Amino acid sequence: MTQDSGEKLVGVVVVSHSGEVAESVARMATALAGGGTAPVRAAGGTPDGGFGTSEELIREAAYAVDQGAGVAILVDLGSAVLTVKALLAEEDELPEGSRLVDAPLVEGAVAAVVTASTGADVDTVAGAAAEAYDYRKV
Amino acid sequence: MSSSESAVEHALDTSFFQRWLTAAAESVQREAARLTELDSAIGDADHGTNMQRGFAAVTEALEKEPPGSPGAALILAGRQLISKVGGASGPLYGTLLRRAGKALGDAAEVTPQQLADALRAGVDAVAQLGGAAPGDKTMLDALFPAVEALGGDTASFTAAGEAADKGALATVPMLARKGRASYLGERSVGHQDPGATSSALIVAALAEAVR
Repeated sequence: MTQDSGEKLVGVVVVSHSGEVAESVARMATALAGGGTAPVRAAGGTPDGGFGTSEELIREAAYAVDQGAGVAILVDLGSAVLTVKALLAEEDELPEGSRLVDAPLVEGAVAAVVTASTGADVDTVAGAAAEAYDYRKV
Repeated sequence: MSSSESAVEHALDTSFFQRWLTAAAESVQREAARLTELDSAIGDADHGTNMQRGFAAVTEALEKEPPGSPGAALILAGRQLISKVGGASGPLYGTLLRRAGKALGDAAEVTPQQLADALRAGVDAVAQLGGAAPGDKTMLDALFPAVEALGGDTASFTAAGEAADKGALATVPMLARKGRASYLGERSVGHQDPGATSSALIVAALAEAVR
């Protein structure tokens, strides 16, 4: 929390079909990261509050968290995955260094925020989130 | 402007593309209830409403900011679909049109063959984005036969529409391997794919736009 060297941190965006899920996961990840300093934004549901995916909300969130170190984007399923992939494929739609992170949404978001708050680069953040797949619960 | 008469006859200008997209929007609007009904069998019953909302945004944008070239018209439409549809078909159709639009560049007129090549590039991009192949019971089952049928003249647009329609019908016995319908496994068999159906509508609108 005291880190204030003007260091650029990787931003984290949480995308879900549900606004509540995205908001809640974003808040929980920040809290579990001990009030991590990495910028986190939710991009959930449609602009009118319904269930779905909004490229508009995703782009807004990505630019809001972009400090110039890259943006790690975590998604739930279906159109959330496809929308982020489609935006990345166009190259000029998201901040430079934006990445779709291949990770489970909740666990991945916690790992991403913790790692991003340490000042790690976007590859390390994405790698830490992806490791959540290896943690077996049973 | 070309000096060759046949080239002029077959040249597709920006207004052709506006007519195509408008015809597609009308067709989607007309068939929205049917698309949603198909989607209620194997999906989440929103394909008609989603497509209707997306294409309404396309026609509105075409009127508000008239595009200056065929490529710009497709890019504008693709962008609206990605941002307004709200389901997986948004990024998929958006990618189809946007990629095709980029392939056309900023030429003021294009030939049917250039349109065919651009749509082929768009369909390939859709396949890559969704990771689906023909036979997976998706929009590709209508789009691949359609781009196969497209050729060097506007008469091929009618053939493409028929091929897309046939492709959509052929999804009925297929087992869904992609998207939400794939969760249903065997229960997806016996239903026509909603995405293939809307794809066929959009392709069929090409012939309507020919004058």
